[in-house]
Amino acid sequence: MNMIEAINDALSVAMERDGDVTVLGEDVGYFGGVFRATAGLQKKYGKTRVFDTPITECGIVGVAVGMAAYGLRPVPEIQFADYIYPALDQLVSEAARLRYRSAGEFPMPITVRSPFGGGIFGGQTHSQSPEAIFTHVCGLKTVIPSTPYDAKGLLLAAIEDNDPVIFFEPKRIYNGPFDGHYDRPVQPWAKHPASLVPSGHYTIPLGKAALVREGQDLTLLAYGTMVHVALSVVEELGVDADVVDLRTLMPLDIETIEASVRKTGRCLVIHEATRTGGFGAELSALVQERCFYHLEAPVERVTGFDTPYPHSLEWAYFPGPIRIGMAIEKVMKD
Amino acid sequence: MSRSNLPPLRLHVPEPPARPGEEADFSHIDILPAGVTPRPDSAADSATMRDLAYGLVRVLDDEGNAVGPWNPRLSPDVLRRMLRAMVLTRAFDDRMFRAQRQGKTSFYMKSLGEEAVSIGAAFALQRDDMCFPSYRQQGILIGRDWDLVDMMNQIYSNRGDRLKGRQLPIMYSAKDASFFSISGNLTTQVPQAVGWAMASAARGDTRIAASWCGEGSTAEGDFHAALTFATVYRAPVVLNVVNNQWAISSFAGFAGAESTTFAARAVGYGIAGLRIDGNDALAVYAATAWAAERARTNHGPTLIEHFTYRAEGHSTSDDPSAYRSSDERSKWPLGDPVARLKAHLIAIGEWDEARHAAQDLELAEQVKAAAKEAEKNGILGHGMHQPFATMFEDVFEEMPWHLNEQSAQMMSERMRKWPKPGEGPR
Repeated sequence: MNMIEAINDALSVAMERDGDVTVLGEDVGYFGGVFRATAGLQKKYGKTRVFDTPITECGIVGVAVGMAAYGLRPVPEIQFADYIYPALDQLVSEAARLRYRSAGEFPMPITVRSPFGGGIFGGQTHSQSPEAIFTHVCGLKTVIPSTPYDAKGLLLAAIEDNDPVIFFEPKRIYNGPFDGHYDRPVQPWAKHPASLVPSGHYTIPLGKAALVREGQDLTLLAYGTMVHVALSVVEELGVDADVVDLRTLMPLDIETIEASVRKTGRCLVIHEATRTGGFGAELSALVQERCFYHLEAPVERVTGFDTPYPHSLEWAYFPGPIRIGMAIEKVMKD
Repeated sequence: MSRSNLPPLRLHVPEPPARPGEEADFSHIDILPAGVTPRPDSAADSATMRDLAYGLVRVLDDEGNAVGPWNPRLSPDVLRRMLRAMVLTRAFDDRMFRAQRQGKTSFYMKSLGEEAVSIGAAFALQRDDMCFPSYRQQGILIGRDWDLVDMMNQIYSNRGDRLKGRQLPIMYSAKDASFFSISGNLTTQVPQAVGWAMASAARGDTRIAASWCGEGSTAEGDFHAALTFATVYRAPVVLNVVNNQWAISSFAGFAGAESTTFAARAVGYGIAGLRIDGNDALAVYAATAWAAERARTNHGPTLIEHFTYRAEGHSTSDDPSAYRSSDERSKWPLGDPVARLKAHLIAIGEWDEARHAAQDLELAEQVKAAAKEAEKNGILGHGMHQPFATMFEDVFEEMPWHLNEQSAQMMSERMRKWPKPGEGPR
């Protein structure tokens, strides 16, 4: 399966197993979603469990919060992460805090799915990576898969989780992994082992990272599309590196990170999102606080630049093989 | 800049009729007589009842009679119970306001003058209909016979506070009373109520939802989202706008009241809209019952504007004499909700001044006793609070490592403050 098919399958499995799971969002019903993630679900489960909504993100999330208060398990979709901002109040002030402020009377088992990230000539409002806005909010979990296998297992875990989860799907790798070489033909998922997705139900626990490559000399922390870019750069440069796919940013798998950095003594944090105040700053601070005496070099960050996401200059902006390669050289030189 | 051959544009900034030192003036408000507004069938098409959004549903006339098609014809016993709940709400407000002034808690908000809005609805809805209130509907809890001590524990943030001292006073949550957790963020509860109602409909349930927000909050985007969703899915929901003329210091003109009514917002969405006398408990009951019947028979949502007056300051942190005329309350043309229901009961021979005075005394004593009981669990800042470690609970269902670490850090800070065993609160 490609990642879209895996997500669609996860939704179907979740809806089959639990009559409370309800999908709502713009164009998700009859049409099946602008990326086809919800294709066929309305036909299978009916209009009261999969339905199109008006174009109002604060309404979509606000209504989902009310549905969860009733006892359903809503899975709202925000068409692009760039359009999640009108729903921020409902996510930050309501969904994230309801269990806390009601002392458990009103848990909020909602999963907000949203395609995010760049590399697709999406320009300013179809490319953003706003994960740091959500990792900063206490009470929200933030999950980002990098393969079809993980996407299905993590999405099922997110839907079954009794806390609100922001589930960002890297749209660049919906149809195939992306190594950062935009001038080469795209590989479909079919050639990748992680496209073998079991049918039926399985979950990948939230809060657990995956060590996707083992090495001795350097630790790379990445998630989403950047996992594939990082892996390919490591192979090209012949660096003996641990590549950690975080998968869940909040709660973070600190044990896997600590074990890796204590082993390698060097750490590079990679994300597409802008640099200042990005999630990389949190990762860098944690590694510095907890692995200081094991570090052989400063913790480096490879990120998008502190500008809005440009359209025509996409590949000068995107943190690709050259930027990651130069950062690896710098960390290894020290 | 401007072209000299055209008259200059002027920006209109609304100004209330009277400011401090000026005489209150409500002459611009057209108060329809009781009984004149028609009552359509609750299943009627919303397009046939647009006039209701500009009318004023009133049942109680100036002589205390219940008149017209909206008269809910309640038994004297129900009327007396409603009056009692309204008086109890007022007594509760009075005592808690003073508790804040005495330093027993940090904050309070009265609902003085708006008791009918909450109590009329509480009596007209089923107890398992889900209410999504704002912060000025404490009367719903009281009307549903919720424990006053439990409410006060929350206000004092003490050892008995079910919300564990996490919430600002009056931000109640009472699932067993079908009373949703109150948020400080305005209007967020309105789309939530619509979602709850949609879920109930999707499940083939029979319960409906209701929400409350002030007229000031109708300006929030969530209000538009809620009305859009409500009309699109014909959600079984009653959306109440409590127009008490003031949003802190901003008069209703800043929410659009100069141009239209708040009930008229419903017209553009294709929703039934009622504008009612919010100081008339019978009108509130009748309108809520009508809207509930409409919702329960799958005829969709209703927007009810409760035309009322915020008789007190916005909160214990507010001094209304700084922005509005001091005699507004006495000049308010719709009077006082408690006085009007009381007059009606007396007019029909089912109540008298002596019984009323005795009830005032009895309820004041009941509130006083509850306050004494609640204060046994502690008052704010006097050490009888929830255990410190509870601060970190319920952020998530299970506590992640970073909160465990922060909890340990906080406990070591407390040990630094109280090093000896048994010293200080734990």
